[in-house]
Amino acid sequence: MDLLNLFIAALLVNNIVLMRFLALCSYVGMTTEPGPALGMGWAVTFVMVLAGVVTWFLNVFILQPLELTFLSTLIFILVIASLVQLVEIYLRKSIPSLYHVMGIYLPLITTNCAILALTFINQREGYTLIESIVNSVGVAWGYTLAMLLLANLRLRIKHSNVPKFLEGYPIVFIVTAILSVAFMGFVGMAK
Amino acid sequence: MIEFIIHSLIITGGLGLVFGLGLALFSQKFKVEEDPRLELIQNLLPGANCGACGYPGCRQLAEAILRGELVPEKCTVGGNKVVAEIGNLLGIEVSQVKPGIACIICQGDEARASRRAEYYGINTCNAASQISGGFKQCFYGCLGLADCVKVCPFDALRMSLDNLPLVDESKCTACGLCVKACPRKIIDIFPRDNPVIISCVSPQKGPEVRKACQVGCIKCGICVKNCPQGAIHLEPSLGNLAVIDYTLCNNCGVCVEKCPTKCIVNYTTVHVHAG
Repeated sequence: MDLLNLFIAALLVNNIVLMRFLALCSYVGMTTEPGPALGMGWAVTFVMVLAGVVTWFLNVFILQPLELTFLSTLIFILVIASLVQLVEIYLRKSIPSLYHVMGIYLPLITTNCAILALTFINQREGYTLIESIVNSVGVAWGYTLAMLLLANLRLRIKHSNVPKFLEGYPIVFIVTAILSVAFMGFVGMAK
Repeated sequence: MIEFIIHSLIITGGLGLVFGLGLALFSQKFKVEEDPRLELIQNLLPGANCGACGYPGCRQLAEAILRGELVPEKCTVGGNKVVAEIGNLLGIEVSQVKPGIACIICQGDEARASRRAEYYGINTCNAASQISGGFKQCFYGCLGLADCVKVCPFDALRMSLDNLPLVDESKCTACGLCVKACPRKIIDIFPRDNPVIISCVSPQKGPEVRKACQVGCIKCGICVKNCPQGAIHLEPSLGNLAVIDYTLCNNCGVCVEKCPTKCIVNYTTVHVHAG
């Protein structure tokens, strides 16, 4: 039950995009159409879970025993960047079809702040390995959910009479803000 | 204190070393064998990544050419020189690239095609075409709300006084963005040396077309009978719409003369010329 609670909290209550306002760059950049938005969502899910697991091991078995947690920013970035590179090389050789779906988005994720933020949340909350994985999946799916919501909304926006001075990014940010207000309704559902 | 510094150095340096070596080894082990010609083809292509060929960029086109899926002629931007060089490189036969131009396959402007309803909705063809087939009597013709004009990056399109897009011959690069933007699919890229076009796509029967539009193809077959080259036929899969076979057509213009509704046009007389 605690895990479910954790998952819902990561997915909706503390939605990484709409409640924590992270990863806005890819959120705005990749949502002109639902297809790429979903591709990005999968790639982020993949990298987040991997990064969550690897950083958990590093944190628990190396950083904490040596009291070096102040190095975590540096080391986590190193881990995420190398991991993404590694996965990209592997996919390109072994699963080219998946590489073509996901591959182009992977380099974009290397320095995505949502992933670094996730590793910090896992570290700060002192999650166990299982909890870290659940939290990673929740956060990643929350990100995908927000991406898909906005991508579909932007399809509608294309067909509406937007005032000239709001065309393009301004209207996207206004819509994001309204979405965020809607997501505030989830507060209290889970901790 | 000194312990901290040493530990930090060892951990960061060690992890960096491990990851660096790991990546280097990994990339060697999982190296993708690439055809060296891929790089060469890509270097020959213009590198504009314009997407006119239908691929996101020049590299994807190079891959497709190498796989033999596409002929190098697909790159219209590069022109004859690029195509010939790629042909040399791969040792394949290439033909001359025919420069293309966008043509609107409909002459039904406000004056000649009647309306079914007034339209007060969103001012784009895309939106209008989604509401019960558009406001024109004809379900296939131009709506005249200028989606193509808005999308053209070369400023080559403008609307005529009667709300039909006009193509500027000197500015059109045949990039194909208007082809994609048109919800009615009535813009296409035609070779510049074949300016005679049957500019109607309606598969409806003659009387219905006549009711909707003065310049529609009424499937009478007069062009078929009169074409000295035998290049025109009525296509049953398109509701007997007249179709020109451009391998036979020599632009003699007899069909343009004979067509009773004047829906066959020589586009050199319709396109806007420089100036």
